[in-house]
Order: sequence, then C-alpha cells, then structure tokens
Amino acid sequence: MRFLVPLVAVLVLVLLAIAGAGAHLQFLLGVVVPYAALAVFVLGMIAKVVGWGKVPVPFRIPTTCGQQKSLPWIKQNKIENPSGAGGTFIRMLLEVLVFRTLWRNLRTEMHGTPDNPQLVYKSTRWLWLGGMMFHWAFLIIVIRHLRFFFQRVPGFVQSIEHVDNGLKFLTTYPAVTNPGKLSAALHGFLQVGMPMLYVTDILFITAVTYLLLRRIFIPQVKYMTLANDSFPLFLILGIGISGVVMRYFHRVDVVGVKNLAMGLVSFHPVVPSSVGSIFYVHLLLVSTLLAYFPFSKLVHFGGVFLSPTRNLANNSREVRHINPWNYPVEVHTYEEYENDFRAKMKMAGIPVEKEED
Amino acid sequence: MAKQMKPNEIISEIDYKKMPEGSWLDQPAEIKPGMFCWGAKAKSIKAVGFPNARDWNPSEEDWKLPENWQGTVLEAMKDRLGKYRSFKLFMDICVRCGACADKCHFYIGTGDPKNMPVMRAELMRSVYRKYFTTPGKMLGKLAGARELDIKVLKEWWSYFFQCTECRRCSVFCPYGIDQAEITMMGREFLNLLGLNIEWIMGPVANCHMKCNHLGLEPHTIVNNVEFMLDDIETVTGIRINPSFNRKGAEILFVTPSGDLFADPGTYTCMGYLMLFHELGLDYTWSTYASEGGNFGFFSSNEMGKRLNAKIYAEAKRLGVKYIIGGECGHMWRVLSQYMNTWNGPAADFLEVPKSPITGTVFENTRGTRAVHISEFTADLIKHGKLKLDPSRNDHLKVTFHDSCNTARGMGLLEEPRYVLKSVCNNFYEMPEHTIREKTFCCGSGSGLNAGEDIDLRMKGGLPRANAVKHVHDKHGVNLLANVCAIDRATLTTSMDYWVPGVKVAGLSELVANALVMKGEKERTTDLRGEPLPNKAGGDK
Repeated sequence: MRFLVPLVAVLVLVLLAIAGAGAHLQFLLGVVVPYAALAVFVLGMIAKVVGWGKVPVPFRIPTTCGQQKSLPWIKQNKIENPSGAGGTFIRMLLEVLVFRTLWRNLRTEMHGTPDNPQLVYKSTRWLWLGGMMFHWAFLIIVIRHLRFFFQRVPGFVQSIEHVDNGLKFLTTYPAVTNPGKLSAALHGFLQVGMPMLYVTDILFITAVTYLLLRRIFIPQVKYMTLANDSFPLFLILGIGISGVVMRYFHRVDVVGVKNLAMGLVSFHPVVPSSVGSIFYVHLLLVSTLLAYFPFSKLVHFGGVFLSPTRNLANNSREVRHINPWNYPVEVHTYEEYENDFRAKMKMAGIPVEKEED
Repeated sequence: MAKQMKPNEIISEIDYKKMPEGSWLDQPAEIKPGMFCWGAKAKSIKAVGFPNARDWNPSEEDWKLPENWQGTVLEAMKDRLGKYRSFKLFMDICVRCGACADKCHFYIGTGDPKNMPVMRAELMRSVYRKYFTTPGKMLGKLAGARELDIKVLKEWWSYFFQCTECRRCSVFCPYGIDQAEITMMGREFLNLLGLNIEWIMGPVANCHMKCNHLGLEPHTIVNNVEFMLDDIETVTGIRINPSFNRKGAEILFVTPSGDLFADPGTYTCMGYLMLFHELGLDYTWSTYASEGGNFGFFSSNEMGKRLNAKIYAEAKRLGVKYIIGGECGHMWRVLSQYMNTWNGPAADFLEVPKSPITGTVFENTRGTRAVHISEFTADLIKHGKLKLDPSRNDHLKVTFHDSCNTARGMGLLEEPRYVLKSVCNNFYEMPEHTIREKTFCCGSGSGLNAGEDIDLRMKGGLPRANAVKHVHDKHGVNLLANVCAIDRATLTTSMDYWVPGVKVAGLSELVANALVMKGEKERTTDLRGEPLPNKAGGDK
C-alpha cells in the first residue's frame, strides 16, 4: 500500500495529462492548473511558516554537540555549541547548505557472539551523498528552468548551464587534443543527439532512484516508510523522467513551451498549439508537487530554519530566556515545609524561622 | 515477576535486519514483564494533585481511565501545539530518512523497530495527522493517520517510557528533531489520565512534600551526612562540620538526594564535603532545596517547574550570593535550559558567581548564577589551589562516561576531563562514537531505573556497557567515572551485568581521594576503605 498506491496515483496523473492534452484541455493543463497549484504552494507555505512562527519557543533547547563556553582557558566549540548569533548562523548555514548533521551519520553493527558481543559504529555517508545530490541537483535544475521565464536568459542562468554542461569539457577536451576513438565515441554518446547532457540531470535521477530504492530494500527504512514518503519520490521521479524524455529523446516545441511560460509570468496566458503531450505530463506532475508541498513532509524545506534545537544559541545560563506563557504554579513553600518538620529540624540542630507552631 | 534475562539471551534476540511484516500502524504494543514499570499509585498521584488518582496495573486490561479520555488528550495536544514550536515543528517536518534509527540505545539493545526514534515519534504523529492535518483527516491510514484508541494509548505509554529523553537522536537528525521533546509531550498527556509510572510519581510526591526524591526528612539528611563525616574522619583524621539551612552563607550547595543516600553516591558526597572543607568555603546545605534532580521534569512541564522552584526560593530565603550544583545529569539540563526561564530572574536576588578562592568570575553563568561543581573544581586546579596526589588513584584505570544531559543539553565535556586527568594517572577514553555529544545513555535515565523493568534497563544499557567493555578488555579499565547521580546508581547495576569488575564513581570521589588536606593523617585507604596502592596493606 505504501508503494503501490502512490505509484498508481502518479501513473494516473500521467494518463490524465496525456488524455487531457488529447482532449484539447491545454488551457486547463497549461494555465488553470499551474496557476492554481502555484497559488496553493505560495499561500500554503506562507500559512505553514507563519503558523510555526506564531507558536512560541518557551525554552532555549539547543542540542549541544560540542564544548560549551565556560572557563576562558577551555576551548569552546563555537559552531557545534554556539553561544552567540555568529556561531549559530554558521551552524545553520552548514546544516542547510552542506547537511552537516548527515555528514556525521553512523551505522551501528553488532559483531562478535552472544557471549562476547561487540557493537561497532562506522561512519556512513551514503544518505548524505544521496541527499546532497538530490537537493543541489534539484535546485540547479529549477534555476536552469528560469530560462523559460525571461525573454532574455539571465547571465547567471547561462553560467549555471555552462557549468552544468561540465561533461562537455570532460569529453570534448580529450576528443580534441587526442582524437582517440574511445573519447570520440564517448563524446558522441553523451551528446545523445542534439542537446548537451546536463550533469545535474544524471545526478538528479540517480539520487531520486537511490532514495527510493533504500526505502524498498533497507529493512528499517522500509518499515518506517509511509505512502507520504514514496508518493513525493514517485512524483519527483516522474517529473525527472518526463523532463529527460522531453530534452533528450522526444523533443517538444521549446519555443512553444517558452511562449506558454512567458504568458504565465506576464499574466497574459497563451496556449501554444504545437507542444507535445509529454510536456503536459511534466507540467501536471510539477503542479501536483507544488500543490502537495504545503500539506506534506516536504515542508521541511521551510521548517529546517525554525528548528529550536539548532537555531538557538546555547546561552541560557548567561541570558534569561523568556517564556511568553510562563505562569505561576503551586509550590510547596518553605513555610509549609518548616511547619511539617519543625520539631525534627530543631532536634537535628537545623535553624528554623519560627520557634513554635 | 518474570525471571531476569541473561546477557546472551538479550544479544541473541537482537537482529537489526529483521522487521515485522505489514504496517506498524496496526501492530499494538506488548506490555511485557521485565520491560515496563509499575503504574503510579493513587497516593502519589494525589499528593501533587494530578488527575485520576487510583491504583492500577499496566499488565491488566482495564487501566481505569477517566471518561472521555480521548477528548482530554486531544484538547491537551491542541493546546501544546500552540505552546511549543518544537512540538508543532517536529510533528510536521520529519521525512523519515532513518538517520536516527540506529542511534537510540533502546533500539540498539532491543532491536524493536518502534524504539527507532523516528518510530517512537510516529506513534504520536499518526494521531496528530488524524486530528490536526487535512490529508490525515481525508485519507486516514493511507496518509499514516490513525485514531487515538486504547491500543494506541497503551502503545504510547509503553514507548514513551522506553525513552530516556537522552537526545542522542537529535544529534543525528538533519533537522535536529529531538525525541525528548515528543516524549515529554507524550508523558504530559499520559499524566492527564493518571498514567505515570510509580518510579517517577513516588519520587515526585516525595520531592513535593519532603523536598527530595528519596523522601529524606531534614533530620535524616543531617544524620546521613554525619555518617559520611565519620567515614571521612576514619580515612583522613579530619572532622568536618558542615552547616545546614544557614542564612548568610555565601554559597548554597545543591545536589541530587541520591548522593546522600546510598553508595557509590555517598562517596561522591564525601568528596564534596572534603573539597569544600579544605577550601574553607562559606557554604551551606539545605534540607528544603535538598534535591538537585527533578523527576517532575519527567512528568510535565508544570511539575518540573514546581519542584525546581525550591532552589531559587531557598537561595533567596538564605540570602546566599550564588549556587554551586553537584554532579547530576538531568539536574543540569534543568539548571541550564529551564530553571531561569521557569523561576528566574535569578539576577534579582543572586550575584554573578565568583570563586572566593581564585577570583574567577563564571561569566557563562551570569544568568542562572549556578556553577557546576566540575567548572568550579577545574578552575581551582588550573590555578593550582589544590594539592593533589593522583598516585592515590593509581589502583584505578579510569574511563569517563558523559551524561546525556550535560553533554547534549549543556556541553560540559572538557571540564570533567581536565579534573579527571589531574587526579588520576590512568585515564582511557572509550571509542570516539560513544563519548561526548555522541555519548550513550546509562539505559535507565528519565525515571526508568526501577527494579521491575530490569530487562529493559539492561538492554538500554548495552551500548554504554559495551563501550566500557572495549576499554576494559583493551586497557584493563576498572572504573567508570561520571558526573551523574543516576549514572552512579544505574551503571553499577549495568556494569555488574555486562562488564563485571568495573566499578562506578563520581568525579568528586576521585578528587577527594587525591586531595591532600591540611592536617590529615597519612591515608592508607581510599574513601571506600580499600587499601591505597604502595601503602601498608596495599596490593603492591
């Protein structure tokens, strides 16, 4: 259920797009649905983040992962246990940009025998690698898509495309300097017809596939997997595959796509006649992802910035943290305590406030 | 009571690769002898005014729940979702990547998949989805949502009392999701139904009325200390005269009551007494603030605050300048991250701590005005204010266990190590992934150190014990030092079970062993009465 239903759901979306394009519902698929999905995404994410933001942080609870600031001659770990804004900022930056925490991931293994067990912890970075590949490739691919939304493609988008075409240099350079058969063949293969291959396309598909496969084959991860986890992966894989198919195998009318995109951003939507149905598959899956985003675990994209165990400085011993809903509580007072034990206290020579009851 | 499992039986049961078939959403928890604690008694619940006070037995079908208990829990859940960003966020953002899965000592020791932190949190999230999210309301089980029924409630009870709030999962979660935050909420909800465990509720009731977990009355505290003073005199020839509830003292000393009660905690306590005497420190004990620990913190936020309030109240009444706190794990989580927020501002009646011996101002405690004994001692040693003979600890090969709370809720890592290396000649670290911020729980923290859940405790204690075994086998380590009263009690049991031959000691005990005191007689034994090395009657 946790794999099959989401897979079928994504396949149904694919068929819907194909059928819709065939039934001349281009306006619905190309304009109405994307607008609606974008609105849901933007408003939903704002609501989500504002919703979190409205909830107070009653206690200062950073998870300290290094030496605290204490005596001047003891070296503080200013990033893993920050006491100020600077260290906390760097801690967050490392977390968001290079997934610092996943970098330190360990794998626990039981060795030895039942009479002499040996627990072993080994560094493991596959999840880090998969996560980095996936998120960074995704980001770069999104940036590359900006070329559809500008009349003149911005310089930074071109630069990124240029770098992303890295394989071109890898293959053309040896092909030019040493026109051996192998590198020439490689060059030809990687070109796959007309367009140059983007490195991020390979990384992206590989990473999503890896993230999906680990959910199917690692027993613990399979156990914890819900449809909520496999659905976005199938969806994103569908987006990736439809994109790759469009670009490398079953070319669509790029000019038409650009006209549609430009129409959407300028609020003068036009529906080009010639764009193939595979494009509408791609677009419907992207729209689904956008609309699904605020209601799913994908909100970690915004939530990571708000996590109180990471984004707070560990300075609660130095500066009083205020809990806005802190309220008075019933305490068993010293007076009550002394009343309970006055005789015994006096007997034991403990000073008391009142000599008599 | 069921027969206690043998170590090799525990190991044989563990298979990290083996997972139950089907969906966890409909696999109820098994309330198994040896794996759970007795339910809170009516009188303990009543003592602090918590709801649904009655005697009940977790292994029986009927838990004697109040009418409309679902409504009570869901209403409380809604309330807390609006009060704790951590709770709301941690319900929403988990992606179930599994990075936390094999980091939990209870998962490592049991192989039970619901002890993977992510799964323990999912027990709560599944209910959150059902009642507080649109997809959960619409899609139900398909979206990982389920109703809060009696099976789910029992599952909560079982697993939120198989979590010691140690925060190790939070170190490894890419979003810092902290299962302790979720367990705390879970326990808070359970307490609304009278579903605490007696091992927590009893000490809470004691601490509320008698001001310490063990229920030691004021004269008993004085008597217990007197016994220690006798022992100190036997070892050193010095008679110490500490004061209790003394107004006008410079410093209030607060430590967990476990240190006053049973060995090896009492040896640590003798260490404090000897150190403070040697320094001529102007300090006082208090029988009202006679508990540094806080089992209220393991019940509900409000109960934690109620018990903690006594420390500042007593400091204010006695007119001290600041507080020194003894060796305890969760006490320092509370003193570092909760006390001043709950019951401050301390700045209104305390001064910024300044060592009367070295003149060092403890700038990092400018807010709470409470100094950790290891910080205080490290500063003394650094300034050469203590005469130490570490060779008196030469019969010991020592390793150091970081307490979860001081490591991950404070960052007290180097201070105790500096002290330890100054008072012992033989110090060996455990493997790097088992210490400092990656340290393992003793297996019995957060109020789980009862007798009836001994199998659970030994399973949870496995990762720590196994790392000790590593240095025991490799270097002959025979002493596990720590700065936590619960560790001193629980690791002793765990070592006897997993690594016989390794004893457990608080850091201050080792300090006092090495401390050369003015006017002392030639010592022939350590604080435990065991012969010193190279002395008459010694083993060499």
